[in-house]
Amino acid sequence: MQTILVLLRKEFRQIFRNRAMLPIIFVMPIVQLLVLAFAATFEVKQTPVALVVEDLDPVGRELVRRMEASGYFSVRETTTSARKADEAMQSGRVDVIFHMPRGLADESTDHTLQIVVNAQDGATAGVVQAYLSRIVADFNEDRSAIRVQGLVSHGGDAAATPVGPGRIIVRPMHWYNPRLDYQTYMVPGILVILVTMIGTFLSAMNVVREKEIGTIEQLNVTPIRKGQLIAGKLFPFWIIALFELAFGLLVAWLVFRIPLEGSLALIFALAAIYLLAMLGLGLWISTVTETQQQAMFIAWFILVVCILMSGLFTPIESMPIWAQWLTELNPIAHFIKIMRRVLLKGAGIEAVAMQAAALGAFAVVSLTLAVKQYRKVSS
Amino acid sequence: MRRIFFGFVRKEFYHILRDRRTLAVLFGMPLIMMALFGFAIRNEIDDVPLLVVDASRDEATDGVVDRLRASGYFDVVEFGAGRRNVEAAFERGDALAALAFEPDFARRLRRGEAHVQVITDATNPNAASTVLAYTTAVLNDVQSEQALERGMIVAADGSDGTGRVVPSVRMRYNPDLESAYLFVPGLIAVILMLVCALMTSITITRERETGTMEVLLVSPLHPLQIIAGKVLPYLALSLVNVATILVLAVALFHVPVRGSLALLLAECLLFILCALSLGMLISARSRSMQTATMIALAGLLMPTVLLSGFIFPISSMPEALQLFSHLIPAKWFLIVVRGIMIRGIGLEVVWMETLVLVGMTAVFMTVAVRSFSIRLE
Repeated sequence: MQTILVLLRKEFRQIFRNRAMLPIIFVMPIVQLLVLAFAATFEVKQTPVALVVEDLDPVGRELVRRMEASGYFSVRETTTSARKADEAMQSGRVDVIFHMPRGLADESTDHTLQIVVNAQDGATAGVVQAYLSRIVADFNEDRSAIRVQGLVSHGGDAAATPVGPGRIIVRPMHWYNPRLDYQTYMVPGILVILVTMIGTFLSAMNVVREKEIGTIEQLNVTPIRKGQLIAGKLFPFWIIALFELAFGLLVAWLVFRIPLEGSLALIFALAAIYLLAMLGLGLWISTVTETQQQAMFIAWFILVVCILMSGLFTPIESMPIWAQWLTELNPIAHFIKIMRRVLLKGAGIEAVAMQAAALGAFAVVSLTLAVKQYRKVSS
Repeated sequence: MRRIFFGFVRKEFYHILRDRRTLAVLFGMPLIMMALFGFAIRNEIDDVPLLVVDASRDEATDGVVDRLRASGYFDVVEFGAGRRNVEAAFERGDALAALAFEPDFARRLRRGEAHVQVITDATNPNAASTVLAYTTAVLNDVQSEQALERGMIVAADGSDGTGRVVPSVRMRYNPDLESAYLFVPGLIAVILMLVCALMTSITITRERETGTMEVLLVSPLHPLQIIAGKVLPYLALSLVNVATILVLAVALFHVPVRGSLALLLAECLLFILCALSLGMLISARSRSMQTATMIALAGLLMPTVLLSGFIFPISSMPEALQLFSHLIPAKWFLIVVRGIMIRGIGLEVVWMETLVLVGMTAVFMTVAVRSFSIRLE
């Protein structure tokens, strides 16, 4: 025990004496959380539009007004020439072109509204199309409702509903996040990534750094056991990462109003296991590599793959089945699930038991690997 | 002199080529990332696990449930009533949405209106609104069919068939909405940023930390040549990476290169130079390798992914963040690469973005060389 304490004191001193590292460890993650949380949204707002129109009658004006009032579209250019609108899209100034038909007020025939969407970003284009069809459907419905006004009472429901009996009325309810706020969804996940990056990178660089500058030999000739050494190396980062998680949660709660529905004790208990797994992974990388460059590169690579496959940016449910199975091997995916379920839905231990067990297994495996891999003799 | 320089470049190449693990990651990474993005990572939502709470159990609700099943969007699970049941399913992640029919659904529907409650697990807002849109669409279909059966001609969008505005949407550049069109340029940016900025920032600080920098500085090489020699091998490796990604993108995912290939490669080269000089700047400015890599990794990774428009559209971000994104080199690079590959434009359209990248490179390089020569004295 005494030995570990001495080792701990050494590691803590090393960390806190390095003035250049302190802001990177403590300030950068919080700053990134504050900035990146605003960036992570799939909402599409104020899509720039070019309007190709010869003369806009009141009906057309009303349609354009509705498009703009929705907040999804913003008319940037109005032109009579289709070629000019085309150039605007080609140069990236607008993403949508409306070819407004003439004589919209004529009710004896249907009018085709030609819409061109810049689909280089397929997902956004799909969202834009969905917004468009909804706005146009509402527009048509209201116009026909005006025409038959007085004959049938009009519900005015958001879902497009035919006039007359036999209506199915949909009442939507969004649980846990009624305003469909993207930050609520993203902030817990981003926080996990930031804490994980700091912890894993620091631990991945630690042992290999001592190897590279030669001080590992001094540790090797002491009576410290392998397990003690790994414990002494791991513990400081574990404390730092848990502290950062706590601080990040405080920021998430104060700044982003993230609901802390579930038990914080459960979050921290599981975070403790999760961090053991990730720091163990870092230390294992550190013991198998020879240079810091190698260590960082491999750690980065593993983390990037794990982050992309974690369900943070794109839902795991959308992945093909084989990829969903792969995510079972990804500790980050498990912990992000835990954070979202416990923090946002108030889930208890029974809802995250599988994930907790998986994290426990990862922790045991990665720590065993790290201790086994460490050699007290230099090759 | 030239021979000495090439000798130095050869030394750097040996450093890299002899480190098998790093080399494996260096060349394996683009392949794995392409595979993940091409085959595993998707944003479309289908096969949504849906709970149905049916208090009515009549022909109308059966019809709706059949339609939901047939739509292909849902995996329908019938379920007993009770808020607690739905909550538990949501908490375990077993369902994304629940559909509750009111009692006496069929009779109420015949009389006039019947109510359906759609409850979504809205922790993921994107999924929640998509699921709601799917459900509403299916229910609207059911409803208009029934109306037609009863001989009431009512179109699904609520109009009476005349004077309607019928949108006809053309998805330009990417009619099948392939996500590869979006992620290929993004991957090029992320991988180049990593290889160039991270590797160069490490390689210079490493010589300093192990003490071999002194040896280099007393050699007849000019400091600029030392920097150039350090950077050259990574430049070559990055070009190989770009080529790998482009070949895979075209061969496997059928992403077009509609503009000039030469211009595309030139822009990639420019971005590589930009990332390399950023790496040099970081290494020249930080005293230890640890600081350098932490800045390069933790500081560059998330902003390059999130603020460049790689995954999330920049135009949806708050104004202040849009301004901030101007500082991210990858943002400009993405505009250029998407323009050239997907829209087939030329330099006459993206000259401004190119100039910004040139300017950034110049600034990074000047500051890096300055800080480097100060250390000579």
